[in-house]
Amino acid sequence: MKEPVVKLMQGNEACTEAALAAGCSFYAGYPITPSTEIAELMAERLPIYGGRFIQMEDEIASMAAVIGASLTGAKSLTATSGPGFSLKQENIGYASLTEVPVVVVNVQRVGPSTGMATSPAQGDVMQARWGTHGDHPIVVLAPSSVQETYEITIEAFNIAEELRVPVILLLDEVIGHMREKIVIPDKDSLKITNRKKTDARPEDFLPYKADEDGVPPMADFGTGYRTHVTGLFHDETGFPTGDPKKADALLRRLHEKLDKAKDRITLVEEIETEDADIVLFAYGSSARPALSALRQARELGIKVGLIKPITIWPFPEEVVDRVAKKAKTIIVPEMNLGQLIREVERASRGQADVIGLNRVDGELFKPEEILEKIKEVR
Amino acid sequence: MQRYEIRLAGTGGQGQILAGIILAEAAAIYEGLNAVQSQSYGPESRGGASKAEVVISDGEIDYPKVTVPDFLLVMSKDAWGKYGQGIGSKTKILIDSTLVSIEQDSVPEGTRLYKLPITGMAKDLGKEIVANIVALGAITAISGVVSRDAVEKAVLSRVPKGTEELNKKALSAGYDAAMSLVAVEE
Repeated sequence: MKEPVVKLMQGNEACTEAALAAGCSFYAGYPITPSTEIAELMAERLPIYGGRFIQMEDEIASMAAVIGASLTGAKSLTATSGPGFSLKQENIGYASLTEVPVVVVNVQRVGPSTGMATSPAQGDVMQARWGTHGDHPIVVLAPSSVQETYEITIEAFNIAEELRVPVILLLDEVIGHMREKIVIPDKDSLKITNRKKTDARPEDFLPYKADEDGVPPMADFGTGYRTHVTGLFHDETGFPTGDPKKADALLRRLHEKLDKAKDRITLVEEIETEDADIVLFAYGSSARPALSALRQARELGIKVGLIKPITIWPFPEEVVDRVAKKAKTIIVPEMNLGQLIREVERASRGQADVIGLNRVDGELFKPEEILEKIKEVR
Repeated sequence: MQRYEIRLAGTGGQGQILAGIILAEAAAIYEGLNAVQSQSYGPESRGGASKAEVVISDGEIDYPKVTVPDFLLVMSKDAWGKYGQGIGSKTKILIDSTLVSIEQDSVPEGTRLYKLPITGMAKDLGKEIVANIVALGAITAISGVVSRDAVEKAVLSRVPKGTEELNKKALSAGYDAAMSLVAVEE
C-alpha cells in the first residue's frame, strides 16, 4: 500500500476530491456561495478524469441534468446552498420516485431567502428531509470535519449507488470553507460501491422489478435496454399505473429498501455517553464546539457525553432512546431555532429532559456557551 | 505542543489568508501536527479589515476557530479596532509599525507587544507584496510554534515560480529581525 498523502484542504475541496475518488464522472450545477469551490474544482478536475462538467442555467436544470447523466450510468454530483437547494427540491423528488442515484451537496448558509451568503447555519435540516413533496424516503449525511467530509462523500455515493436513492450531503459554511489537515487514503484502500446492473436480456428487462433487497437492477440508457422513466407512479415496466395496489406497493418498497439498510447507513458516533448525566446531541460544525465543551466539562468533573450523528436521516432514534434511558438531560445545540431537537424529543420518549441551545446569527457556537448551558442544567 | 491559536489581522489584499494557509501547512504537512485555518469571507476579504485564523495542536482540534489568540498579528489600524478586542492576558501581539502605531500602555497588562516595520522591510526587499512573508518569518521566530525549516518548505511550495529567492529573503528578514527582538527581551 502506498503512503497516505497529508494535505491541508477546505471541506469543499475534500468533497470534490472524494467525489472523484468515488468515481463521479458528471457534475452539473449553478455556483453559489458557500459551495462555489466544489463547482470550480469540478470544472478543473473532471475533464482530466474524462468526465463532464456543465454549468447549467439554474439549479432546477442542474438537478435535472444530474438525474439524466446518472441514468446513462455516470455517477453524478451537484452542489448548492440554501436558495439553490429550494430550487432543486422538485427534481430531488423526481430522483426519489424514479430511484436515480445522485448526490446533492448543500453547503448551508443563513436563510430564509438570500439570507447571509457567507455565514453558516443549520436551517435546512428539515428541508433536507421534507423539502420535496410526497411521502418520500431520503438519506441525509452531515459530516463535521474535513476528514469526515472526504469519507462521508464517498459514503454518500456508495449509499446512492447501492440503494438507488438521492443522498443529500449537508455541509455548512464552516465545514465547507475551513482548511484542515486531512490524510487522503490510498485509492486502493477505499470501498467503492457501484450500482447493480441487470443481467436480464434486453427483451426480458423490467426496469422497476426489484430484487430481495428492494432495489431494482439498472440498465444504462443507450445500451439497448428499454427503460421508461416517469415521475408518475409506475409498475415494474416503468410505465404509469393508477392501480391502488401497485401504487401502494411502490411507495412502501421505496421506504422498505431504506429500512432494510438502516443499520448500515445510519452512522452515529458516541463519545463518552456510557456514564454521562448530560448528553450533547450535535451534528455538523456544531459538533466541534460541543466536543470542546464536553472535554472542558469532564475536566471539571461533570459527566458529559456526545451523540454525534453523521446520518441525520434516517434519524438515529435507537441511539437516542438508549442514551435517554440513562442520561438526565440532553442538550441539542443547533444553528437554527430548534429543528432536529424535535426528533430528539420524539426518540427520547420523555426519558430525559431535552433542552435546545440555538444560534441564528451566522456565528458558530463558542465552546463556552455550551459549557455554560451544561453548568446551568447540572 | 498544546493548542495554539493565531489570528492574522489586516486589510484585504495584504495576504493574511495566504500567510495563514502557509502557517497551517507548515504545521500539518511538515511538522506532523494538526492544523485548522479559517478566514473572513465576503467583501472585507477584498479590502477593509479582514482576518485569517490558524489553530495548531499536536492533539485533536475540536473547536476550529480562535477563542483567545495566543498570537495576534496586526497589519492595519482598522484591523486593530476590529480584532484587537478579545485578546487574553498572555497574547503576543506583533504590529506592523509601518502602518499601525500602538503603545504598550494601550494593550492589556501581561500581553507582549512586538513592533516591526513589516511593510517597510518588504519595500526594502523590492516588493511590498512580500510583507505577509516577512510577517510569517517574524511569527515563526516569536511564537516558536513551528520550525523555520517547516515554514520555509511551506512557503516554497505555495509561492509562484521565479519568486522563491525573494520570498526566502523576506522570510529570513522577518525571522532575523524578530529573533533580535526576542533576544533583547530575554
